[in-house]
Amino acid sequence: MARNRETLLLLLDVGPSMHKVLPEVEKVCSMLVEKKLVYHKSDQVGIILFGTEDTKNELTREVGGYEHVVVLQDTKVVDGDLVEALQQLPLGTFNGDFLDAIIVGMDILIKKFGETDKKKKRLCLITNALSPVKDPFEGTKEGQVITIAEQLVRHGMGMESIVVREGLNGSATKRIMDENDHLLNIFAKKTSAKLVYVESPTSLLGALRTRNISPVTIFRGDLELSSKMKIKVWVYKKTSEEKFPTLKKYSDKAPPTDKFATHEVKVDYEYKSVEDPSRVVPPEERIKGYRYGPQVVPIAPSEWDAVKFKPEKSVKLLGFTNASNILRHYYMKDANVFIADPGNTRAILAVSALARAMKEENKVAIVRCVWRQGQGNVIVGVLTPNVSDKENIPDSFNFNVLPFVEDVREFQFPSFNNFPASWQPNEQQQEAADDLVKLLDLAPSGKEEALQPEFTPNPVLQRFYHHLDLKSKHPDAAIPPLDETLKRITEPNPELFSLNKSAIDAFRRSFELKDNPKLKKSTRRILREKTSGSNMGKGYADISVQSLNSIENTSAVKIEKIGDLNPVQDFETMMSRRDGPEWIGKAIKDMKNKIFDLVEDSYEGDNYPKALECLVALRKGCILEQEPKQFNDFLHHLCKFCREKNLNSFCEFLTSKELALISKTEAIDSEVSDDEARSFLVKSDTKIE
Amino acid sequence: MDLDPDDVFRDDEDDPDNELYLERESTKELLVYLVDASPKMFSTTSLAADQKDETHFHIALSCISQSLKTRIINSSYDEVAICFFNTREKKNLLDINGVFIFNVAEREFLDRPTARLIKEFDCVEERFTKEIGSQYGIVSGTRENSLYNALWVAQALLRKGSAKTADKRILLFTNEDDPFGNIKGATKIDMTRTTLQRAKDAQDLGISIEILPLSWPDEEFNVSLFYADLIGLQGDDLAQFFPSTVEKLQDMKDQLRKRMFKKRIVKRITFSIANGLSIELNSYALIRPALPGAITWLDSVSNRPLKTERSFLCSDTGALLLEPPKRYQSYKNENITFSAEELSEIKRVTTGNLHLLGFKPLSCLKDHHNLRPSTFVFPSDEEVIGSTCIFIALHRSMLRLKRFALAFYGSSSRPQLVALIAQDEIISHGGQIEPPGMHMIHLPYSEDIRHVEEVYSYSNGATPKATDDQIMKAAALMKRIDFKDFSVCQFSNPALQRHYAVLQALALEELDIPETNDETLPDEEGMSRPRVVSALEEFKLSVYGDNDDVESELVDNGKASETSKKRKAIAENAVKECANFDWDDLADSGKLKDLTVVELKFYLTAHKLPVGGKKEALISRILTHMGK
Repeated sequence: MARNRETLLLLLDVGPSMHKVLPEVEKVCSMLVEKKLVYHKSDQVGIILFGTEDTKNELTREVGGYEHVVVLQDTKVVDGDLVEALQQLPLGTFNGDFLDAIIVGMDILIKKFGETDKKKKRLCLITNALSPVKDPFEGTKEGQVITIAEQLVRHGMGMESIVVREGLNGSATKRIMDENDHLLNIFAKKTSAKLVYVESPTSLLGALRTRNISPVTIFRGDLELSSKMKIKVWVYKKTSEEKFPTLKKYSDKAPPTDKFATHEVKVDYEYKSVEDPSRVVPPEERIKGYRYGPQVVPIAPSEWDAVKFKPEKSVKLLGFTNASNILRHYYMKDANVFIADPGNTRAILAVSALARAMKEENKVAIVRCVWRQGQGNVIVGVLTPNVSDKENIPDSFNFNVLPFVEDVREFQFPSFNNFPASWQPNEQQQEAADDLVKLLDLAPSGKEEALQPEFTPNPVLQRFYHHLDLKSKHPDAAIPPLDETLKRITEPNPELFSLNKSAIDAFRRSFELKDNPKLKKSTRRILREKTSGSNMGKGYADISVQSLNSIENTSAVKIEKIGDLNPVQDFETMMSRRDGPEWIGKAIKDMKNKIFDLVEDSYEGDNYPKALECLVALRKGCILEQEPKQFNDFLHHLCKFCREKNLNSFCEFLTSKELALISKTEAIDSEVSDDEARSFLVKSDTKIE
Repeated sequence: MDLDPDDVFRDDEDDPDNELYLERESTKELLVYLVDASPKMFSTTSLAADQKDETHFHIALSCISQSLKTRIINSSYDEVAICFFNTREKKNLLDINGVFIFNVAEREFLDRPTARLIKEFDCVEERFTKEIGSQYGIVSGTRENSLYNALWVAQALLRKGSAKTADKRILLFTNEDDPFGNIKGATKIDMTRTTLQRAKDAQDLGISIEILPLSWPDEEFNVSLFYADLIGLQGDDLAQFFPSTVEKLQDMKDQLRKRMFKKRIVKRITFSIANGLSIELNSYALIRPALPGAITWLDSVSNRPLKTERSFLCSDTGALLLEPPKRYQSYKNENITFSAEELSEIKRVTTGNLHLLGFKPLSCLKDHHNLRPSTFVFPSDEEVIGSTCIFIALHRSMLRLKRFALAFYGSSSRPQLVALIAQDEIISHGGQIEPPGMHMIHLPYSEDIRHVEEVYSYSNGATPKATDDQIMKAAALMKRIDFKDFSVCQFSNPALQRHYAVLQALALEELDIPETNDETLPDEEGMSRPRVVSALEEFKLSVYGDNDDVESELVDNGKASETSKKRKAIAENAVKECANFDWDDLADSGKLKDLTVVELKFYLTAHKLPVGGKKEALISRILTHMGK
C-alpha cells in the first residue's frame, strides 16, 4: 500500500492573467484529489499558490524575498478539505514568479524528507508563464535554473509543468514568453520533467495526469531477429482503458444503528443438476465442457493440459513488409510499446537503427509474441517505428495486435460505382463536401490540434468523480450537467461551426435528404410518443407498443400493407385474407396508424373526411371480427391525442358525423353500454370547455 | 457463465463483458446448400495446364466443408442441410427423382452441424459415385426437371421454423448457366416457367435464393440466361452481385467463401453532420477476436449440463437478497451509494448518435491511438433517402484530402471519440479485398495513454541514436527479410486450431488428436539463406561490435536495477532460512502442513520454484520436487 505512496505539491499560478482558466485549474486539481481519495488514499498533497496578494511561506520568514507565494496547504494525506480548498482558489492580484514557487515547493519537500528518503515526490506547476522571472542576486537566470534542476534531480523529485497559452495575451511581451519558455525547457532537459503547452481549457483538463499508474512490463527478454541476432527489449502497455470504477453491490439489510456494518454483498454460485433442481452439485463432481455444435464435450483439466497448445515464451521477428500492407483498421487492441532495455546501450542503438530504417523505407515489422511462459496462445502483431524527436528520449517501437484468419469476416459490399446515378454526388455536391472537409479543420497549422487524444479527458469519469464528491456532501445531490468545457468533446464546437456557417449551409443546400415515405410516419411517431410518453395514460403506451410492432411487421413481411391511395379497400382486403390469423391484427394496427397520419397531416381539415372513412371501416371491421376493445381504446386514444395536439376540430368533426364507440349490442365483448357509446364524443367535448 | 476459464485466450486486461465481444446473434440461419452434381460439375477438361486437376464439384464441396467448420464454431445454432441434385439415387422427404440429401446418424435433414457431419462430409467425394451417383436430371423427351425438384425439396426442408426468427437461405452451387439449354420448344418454356414459379413461391415464403456460380477462366457464367430471373435481379444489381469472370481457381474459392456468410448489421447509427443534418449508417463488425465457445459445467458422472444459480447474500445479516439495486463506492471513509439509474445517467453524456466534430489530417492519427477492434460503417438509404449520396461525397473528399473525420460516439457503455477513416475499395483478381466505406477507430482518452518512454528519458544529455551507417545496414537487412505481399490475415490462430482439433477428436471419440500446424513460426529455412544470414551478421556487427555477448552481460550486471538486487537478497535469505529446517524429515512425517506459508516459500525460493498458489499447492510442489 505504502510502497507507491506519492507526495505531490501543486504549484498554481493564480495571477490576474490566469483568472480566465482558473475554473479549469480548480476542476482538474480537485479531480486529481478525488481520484486519489479513491485509488491512493494515503498519498499526500500540498498546495502552493503564487501571484497572490499575500505572502505566506517559510522561506520568506527565514531569508526574505519570495513575495506573493502562499502555501495554502502544507502537504497532508488527501481528504475532503483539500478538495474543497482546490474548488475555491482565491484570485491573485500580482504577476506570479514561477521560479519562486518552485523553490518554495522544493524547500518544503527537502525539509520534510531530507535527501535520503526515496519516496516519490513530485511538483506540478500550472502557469501561463507570461510574467517575468526576477533576476537572481548573483549569476544569470539560466544558471539559477540549472542549479535548481540539479537540486531536483539530487532529491529525486519529479516535475511536471503545464503551460496554458490561450492565444496571445496583450499584457505579455514576446520576449518574456520566450525567455520563460527557454527556462522551462532547461528544466525539461535537465530533470526528466514533463513540459506541455495547452491552448484550450479542454486540453488543460486532459493535460494533468490525474491518476498515477506505475508502468509494469508485460515482457522482458529478447526480440529475436534470428536465432543469432537478438535485441534486449522491454514491452509495456502504451494504451490501456481507464475503466469506470467498479462499484460494489450495496446491501441495506443491516440495521441503521449498526455502525460497523459493511453493507457488502456476497455473491454465491451454486451448480444444480437440471433433473433434480434441489441437488447442489459439489465442485469435485463438476467437469468443464466445451460446446462443439450441438454437443458439449467434457474435458478434465489434466486431460486438457496434456493436449492444449503450449508455445514457448519468445518474441520472434517474422519479417518486414511495406507499411501500406497493414491498414490501420486491422489493429485489434490497445497498443504496446517496445523499448530497448534501458541499461543496455547497444540494444538502444539496435532499436534506434531499425526504427529509423523502418521509418525511412516505410516498412513495418511483423512479429510473433508469447509474452510469458504458460500463455496459451500466440499473438501476431506489427511493430511500427516510433522515432523520438527529443534527444533525451530513446527511439522505440509501437506494437499493435493483428487479427488471425478466424477473426476476420470478409463480407462483400457493393462498390460505390455500381450504385444508381441518383446516389452519386455530382460535381457541385462533391465540391461542397470538399469545402466542408477542408474547413471543419481541427488541426489548423500554427494552432494546437483540437481534441488530441493525449489531451482529451474522459468526460464520463470527470462527471462521475464530480458527482461522487457532491454526494459525499449531500447524499441526494443531483447529477451535475455536463460541464461546458467537456461539451467541447461530446459536441461540435459552436465557434468552429459558426465560423464556417456558409460552408455548412452550402453543404446542406447541395444535398437533399428525405425520409423514406414507406417508413416515415410511423418512425416519426414512435419518437414523439416516446418523448412525450411520460404523462400519458396506460392506453397511450399500449398504442405506442402496437405501432412499434406494426413497423416490425411491415418491414419483416412486405407482402401486404395499407397504402395511401385506397386505405379502406386495402384494409378490407387484408381483413379478408385467410392465409394467416395475424393478418387481422396487422390490418387493424396498420389502419390505426393510417388514421393517425391522416389526422396529423391534414391541413385545415382537408383529410378529415378520408380519416372518417377509415374510422368507419375500422369500426365495421372491429365489429365483424369481435374486436370492439381495439376500436374503443383507439378512439379514446385518438381523441386524447387530438386534444393535446390542438386538433380539436377533428373531434368536433367526428361528433358532427355521429361516430360512436362500439357498444355491447353491436359486439358482445364490448364493455360499453349504448348510452355511453353515443355520448362519448359529446362528453369529451364538454370536458374541454 | 464464465467464458474461457483458463484464460487461454485472454490477455491480462481483456474484459469479457464488453459488448463488443459479446455479439449475440438475434436470429439464426436455416440454410440449404444445393449442389449441382451433374456430370458437367465433374469435368476437368478446360483446365489450364499449370493448375491442379480440380473439378467444380470438388471446389463447391471444399467451400461447404470450410463453411461448416466455421459455422460449428461461430454460429452453431444455425441449421443446415446439404442437398445434391442431378443425382442417380434419390433420398428426400418428397421422394422425388434426382435429389439426394446428404446426412449422418443422429441428425435430421435440416439440423445443427455436428462433428460427425463435418467429418463424413469431408469424404463424401470418394464415395459419391458409388452411393449417390451423378446423372443429368433434365433430359429432353422426359418431363423430369431436377432443378425444379431440388428447389422444391429445399423449400420443404425450410418449412421448419418461422421466418421472423430465422433467416432462410438456399445457396445454389452450379456451373450450368442455362439448365434448360438442351430442351426445345414449348417444353422448355413450360419448364422455365414452372421452375421460376417454384423459386418465386419460395421467395414469397421469406426464403432467399442465392446463386454461387462456378466457371472456368475461359468461359463466363452468364447469369442473364436464366438465373437472373430466378433470383429476381435486374440491370445494375447484376453487376453488383456477379463480379466478372475469375482468372484463378483460388480467386473463385475466395469469392464463394465471402458470399457464403450473411452480412449482419451490428447497429444502425444516425450520423449527425451539422445543424440537424443527419444520415443513416449501418455498422458491421468485420474484425472481432474469435474465442473458443463458452464453457458449460457438466455433472462429471452423467455428463449432463448443470444449471448455474447465483444468489446474493448480505454480509452483515446473512439475508438472501434479490439483485441489489444500489452500488457503492467508498470515498472519504464513507460509502457513497448510487442507483442504477444514476449510473446510467452519468454515462449518458450525449444522445446515442454519432456526432461529427471535424476533420484532421491522417498524420494526426498515431499508431497507439487504438483500444479495440474497429467497426465498419456503410451508408443506408433505407430510412433516410440521400444518406448514401452524402456519404459517398464525404468519403471521396476525405480520401482525396487525406483526412479522417473525428466524431463522438455516444454509446451507452463507453461514450468515446472515434476516428472515421475512409477506405477506398480495393479489388484484385479475386474480387473485393477491402470494401468501400469507413472504419471507425475507437480513440483513447488522455487517461488511457501511458507515457512509458518518458519514464526512461535520460536526465543528463542525449540517449544514443543510431548512426547513418547503422541505419543503412538495418535497411539492407529489411530488404532481405521482406514479405512481398503480406496480407494481414494470412495466419490462422494456432491456439484456436488446436482447441477445435481437440474438441472434434473428442466429440467423435477418436483417440488420436491430429497434429495442428503452427503457421506463425518464423520461416527458419528462409532465415538461414546465406544472403539473409550475411545481412544479419553485418547489422549485428555494426550495432553490437565484435564482442557482443561479453558486453551485454557487463552492462546488465553493472546497472542491475533495484528490484533485481532485492530479489537477489530475498533469494539469499531464503537459502539461509531454508537450511534451518530438516525438509526430508518434515515431508516424511507429514508435518509440512504445520509450517507457515512464509516458511514453505523459503524452500521454494531457495530451489528456484514458483511460489504462487495456495498452501496445499505449495506443499505438493515441494513434495514433487523432493520426488515424494
